Amino acid sequence: MKPHTLSVLVENRPGVLSRVTGLFSRRGFNIESLAVGTCEEPGMSRITIVVIGDDAKVEQVMKQLHKLIDVIKVSDLTENERVERELALIKVSAEPGTSRAEVMQIAQIFRAQIIDVGSKTVILEVTGDTDKIDALENLLRQFGVKELVRTGRIGILRGSKVVGSSK
Amino acid sequence: MKPGAKILVESLQREGTEIIFGYPGGVVLPIYDELYDSPLRHILVRHEQAAAHAADGYARASGRVGVCLATSGPGACNLVTGIATAYMDSAAIVAITGQVPTNLLGNDAFQESDITGITMPITKHNYLLKSAGDISRVIREAFYIAGTGRKGPVLIDIPKDVSTGLAEDTPLPEKVTLRGYNPTYKGHKRQIDKAVELIVHAERPLIYAGGGVIASDASHELVSLATLLGIPITTTLMGIGCIPCDHPLNLGMLGMHGTEYANFAVMESDLLLAIGARFDDRVTGKIDTFAPHAKIVHIDIDPAEIGKNKRIDVPIVGDVKAVLQDMLSGLKKNTAYEPWLKKIKHWRQHHPLRVKDDGRLHPQQIIRALSELVKGEAVIVSEVGQNQMWTAQHFCFRHPRTWITSGGLGTMGYGFPAAMGAHFARPDVPVFDIAGDGSIQMNIQEMGTVAANKIPVKVAILNNMYLGMVRQWQELFFDRRYSYTELPSVDFVKIANAYGIDGMRVDSPDEVLPALKASLDCDGPFVMDFRIEREENVFPMVPAGAAINEMIGGHPRS
Repeated sequence: MKPHTLSVLVENRPGVLSRVTGLFSRRGFNIESLAVGTCEEPGMSRITIVVIGDDAKVEQVMKQLHKLIDVIKVSDLTENERVERELALIKVSAEPGTSRAEVMQIAQIFRAQIIDVGSKTVILEVTGDTDKIDALENLLRQFGVKELVRTGRIGILRGSKVVGSSK
Repeated sequence: MKPGAKILVESLQREGTEIIFGYPGGVVLPIYDELYDSPLRHILVRHEQAAAHAADGYARASGRVGVCLATSGPGACNLVTGIATAYMDSAAIVAITGQVPTNLLGNDAFQESDITGITMPITKHNYLLKSAGDISRVIREAFYIAGTGRKGPVLIDIPKDVSTGLAEDTPLPEKVTLRGYNPTYKGHKRQIDKAVELIVHAERPLIYAGGGVIASDASHELVSLATLLGIPITTTLMGIGCIPCDHPLNLGMLGMHGTEYANFAVMESDLLLAIGARFDDRVTGKIDTFAPHAKIVHIDIDPAEIGKNKRIDVPIVGDVKAVLQDMLSGLKKNTAYEPWLKKIKHWRQHHPLRVKDDGRLHPQQIIRALSELVKGEAVIVSEVGQNQMWTAQHFCFRHPRTWITSGGLGTMGYGFPAAMGAHFARPDVPVFDIAGDGSIQMNIQEMGTVAANKIPVKVAILNNMYLGMVRQWQELFFDRRYSYTELPSVDFVKIANAYGIDGMRVDSPDEVLPALKASLDCDGPFVMDFRIEREENVFPMVPAGAAINEMIGGHPRS
């Protein structure tokens, strides 16, 4: 059982997300993370899904996904050299004085941007892989994380290989 | 410019539709108004579920796409069981539903239900139309998707303002191109060579043929291959008819109620050729013990079926017919399997299916009498349960598409309406629905449909005043505690008569043949109420979760 990052190229049509996610729940998979957006091809979207499961079950779910008429291509990025990123926005308590300076110092180490400064809080924007964001979150807990918003993970293959539309 | 409803009806005709099974209602009024003076035939059913089953029966008997039509809300929801049945057995139907007008969608309007949402997991694809201009394209796509690749149901939901809205009926290209749908028809050459290599070196090969052989119209190729090499064939419930019952290489059905010799053959084979079959649990029993000594070749058009339940040595994705043709070209006549065939012959002699002849009315006798009477020249549809298994075991099928049954979903109430549909596909032969007294009462209202339209379906009710298959399980596995499986006696002939249908009650073996003959002599529908032995069981039987050679009710192993 290990996490698999699936990149699913779909027709950008109403209901397509529900077809894709419905298939996962029907076959007993929990989706760990989900990200959807338009992509390089007009009329298509790319859905990036992280699931945990053994290889055979993931292969079965990929085949089932491929059967959906609105799905154009399904790839498991996990087998390849790839780059994966998530983005998080973190609203953290930072009273002017010592704690604010410390929060800003931690942000700098993690290359997080301060995108809003309030009287009692600051908002950090950070990108990176899951571990990096988890680490930042843990460090910020001591100051009081008021709210945390995370995107799903997205991924892309390294080098010139692509997950394209030639099915 | 034309209204959407008119474009719909004309599009259906362009796809070759000759008959629609349906039920009108509020939001489909514009469509029904177009049907009023259209050459398309419409059969008014008595419950929408029957419309879906009838379209399915038509599709399976003809090999073409069946069409059903229902209104929004309850009408659409009543189709659901029929659509799920078609999905599980890969039957090609197009279901058209009305929907509330687009400006009311999502408002919980009167008779609104989210039928595209509801049917997402039980359709091959579905559509919610938003504009009349999309109708002709979507109808073309729907027929293409339903009737190609691994076939299946497609639903099209049409809001009322789409069927009344005006659009140009623009001509469509002949070929449908969908970038997300390109079934593989031709098998991979190297994989086929590997399979041929295994066949050549096998000592105890066995073909395990499923519904995919029928769907692909590949019976001829399958029997040619088997006969050329001398490989025995066992079929699934859905594969029955792909080889004549009395062909020397036909071992009959395998699995839970399969023949002993078919199951023994699976357990001892060293090469299993799974063709258009999907290793369903009713076939394999305990999956780890299924075909333990065999290398497995699996031919299927659906790549998701390969390796789903069982590890496969040589997967071949492709249309069964095309793959078998390619395989045939690489094979020569062979007699190497004689010792294996001899062994099977021995099993067959010592482990035949049993029929009692003790003066009482046994269902197996009825099926055999019907079989001898029609000699394979009929379409036999069944309900679900004991009636289905007795028919599968004892009727001698000679042609593909003459056996129609709900295999995957096991839908009681399927048979009668599916038989109506089958009649319109095969008006040239008699159509029988083999029923139980439980199943027939699930769609008994269709007596109204067959009576009104003079649809000559012959219904043979094997009446044991029980939900027989469930009772059998209670007898064998629940200490004969018959919890809610006993049904009171119903006078089915009187019910038939009330609808204006002729019928006959049969209490003893000598009345069987006269009743069957009377049903054939009758021009219209006919109902036979066979009062069979109440606690007759379907044997042999593999208990759920056992290996398929551990059968109850078989012969002692010699």
